[in-house]
Amino acid sequence: MSGFDVQRVRADFPILRQEVRGRPLVYLDSAATAQKPQAVIDAIVHFYQHDNANVHRGVHVLSERATEAYEGARETVRRFINARDAKEIIFVRGTTEAINLVAQTYGRKHIGPGDEVLITHIEHHANIVPWRMLCEQTGAVLKVIPVDDRGELVMDAVDALMTERTRILAVTHVSNALGTVNPVKELTRRAHAKGIPVLVDGAQAVTHFPVDVQDIGCDFYAFSGHKTFGPTGIGVLYGRLERLEPLPPYQGGGDMILSVTMEKVTYNRVPHRFEAGTPNLEGAVGLAAAIRYLEALGMQNVAAHDRELMAYATKALESVPGLRLVGTAREKTGVLSFMLEDIHPHDVGTILDREGVCIRTGHHCAQPVMQHFKVPATSRASLALYNTREDVDALVRGLHKVLEVFK
Amino acid sequence: MSSDLSDLYQEVVLEHSKRPRNYRVVEGHNREAAGHNPLCGDQLTVTLKVEGDVIRDIGFQGQGCAISKASASLMTGAVKDRTRAEAEALFERVHKLVTEGPEGLDVDALGKLAVLSGVSEFPARVKCASLAWHTLRAALEGRGEAVSTE
Repeated sequence: MSGFDVQRVRADFPILRQEVRGRPLVYLDSAATAQKPQAVIDAIVHFYQHDNANVHRGVHVLSERATEAYEGARETVRRFINARDAKEIIFVRGTTEAINLVAQTYGRKHIGPGDEVLITHIEHHANIVPWRMLCEQTGAVLKVIPVDDRGELVMDAVDALMTERTRILAVTHVSNALGTVNPVKELTRRAHAKGIPVLVDGAQAVTHFPVDVQDIGCDFYAFSGHKTFGPTGIGVLYGRLERLEPLPPYQGGGDMILSVTMEKVTYNRVPHRFEAGTPNLEGAVGLAAAIRYLEALGMQNVAAHDRELMAYATKALESVPGLRLVGTAREKTGVLSFMLEDIHPHDVGTILDREGVCIRTGHHCAQPVMQHFKVPATSRASLALYNTREDVDALVRGLHKVLEVFK
Repeated sequence: MSSDLSDLYQEVVLEHSKRPRNYRVVEGHNREAAGHNPLCGDQLTVTLKVEGDVIRDIGFQGQGCAISKASASLMTGAVKDRTRAEAEALFERVHKLVTEGPEGLDVDALGKLAVLSGVSEFPARVKCASLAWHTLRAALEGRGEAVSTE
């Protein structure tokens, strides 16, 4: 495809140049964490070598540079997801913290006994547990949109589940365990028609296709730096300004304060109100570098590569005797979860590892998904922009080895 | 197959994982415990009939990988008709075997359990091999709560 040369992309990721277990590394675990291009590594090194200082409070040149880099990163994220205003971008530790922030600010303010929080059956734990905690704290009720055997949401059930007591819909954009792409724009439309705000967990989405929060229309959108080819410990909560501005603070200290006396505290405006303490500066700088890297590749090109490779991998896996894909949604990206005969995924993972192929095995922090499909765990190969058909072929060869061991 | 893989998946291990021995609930059991490996979601239950200080019968049920199933199956054969102290001592030796390897151990005295020696080359799999044993210990101690490998 034009503008996207996967071999050139691979050359940007130094970690991929190594051998493991005596074989070339085949990394198929990017849904857990993605590898980092040299541009991200360089940006972090450059920041520490030249610009490191605390932000927003120094009068010296380094603090000015660090502040510029940090606030510049906010603008880069805004552009990446097409938010209206950089003030709508809050830096947090990751998707998990972003969702907890919304649950503990928006949720504590607006949700009370008997109110309902609506999620789906294919959420990972980070978009279940904060809501379960909120329900325990407030007496609210957690309701769940069911999923069918393909791993698609049962859309016919949605309208009935959105009641006059529903106070928020929290839904993943892409399932980390199944790869299902949820119709978040349509869900948001239906929720808004009933006055229900929507949070979208975009941790598995932003790396696979262009995301436009204004087009989706959601109220909140969360994603992590480390799955977006950036550093760990940094993530983003997008919130529409009119949603964020009335919210109380989340944590206290540092830049979230305008003034303090022993009698009274005046809180800063958004986004700083939600960024207590010294922020993860190098994380924001690294994430901005990762986003610039993605923008240079072009997210449309990344999405086209993803579609082509998913189609190839799906066909290749289906050719393996005894292999059953778990999750066969019509709209799917990035993830191939499967069972191989009755061989436990842990055994599959161990044997593949000896072939230099890294996949994830287990419940992927999405135990309700496993319960729905009545499996204790799955093997999960997840794809990213640096993966190739050769990687998929190595996976398939490895799976034949597994069958050989267990024949 | 690479040699460490064939050490891990020895024929006896594969055979026990496919046809686990004592895969049942012991009738009239007077000890029971559940074990859980939250890392992979594996769960098993061990039931025992203990008379005096002796394990007269033992069974297990649950789901897990080949290593955890084989280890549980081999365990049931090894501790039957042993005293609680003997079972404890055996656990100590098996734990040493799967974490450190066979060096310094009287492997012959371990009988069939010696096939678990390959696990020591796979640190990520130690919990799989020891789940059943932790659960046995909990059952013998009469602990009500589920044990976890974490």
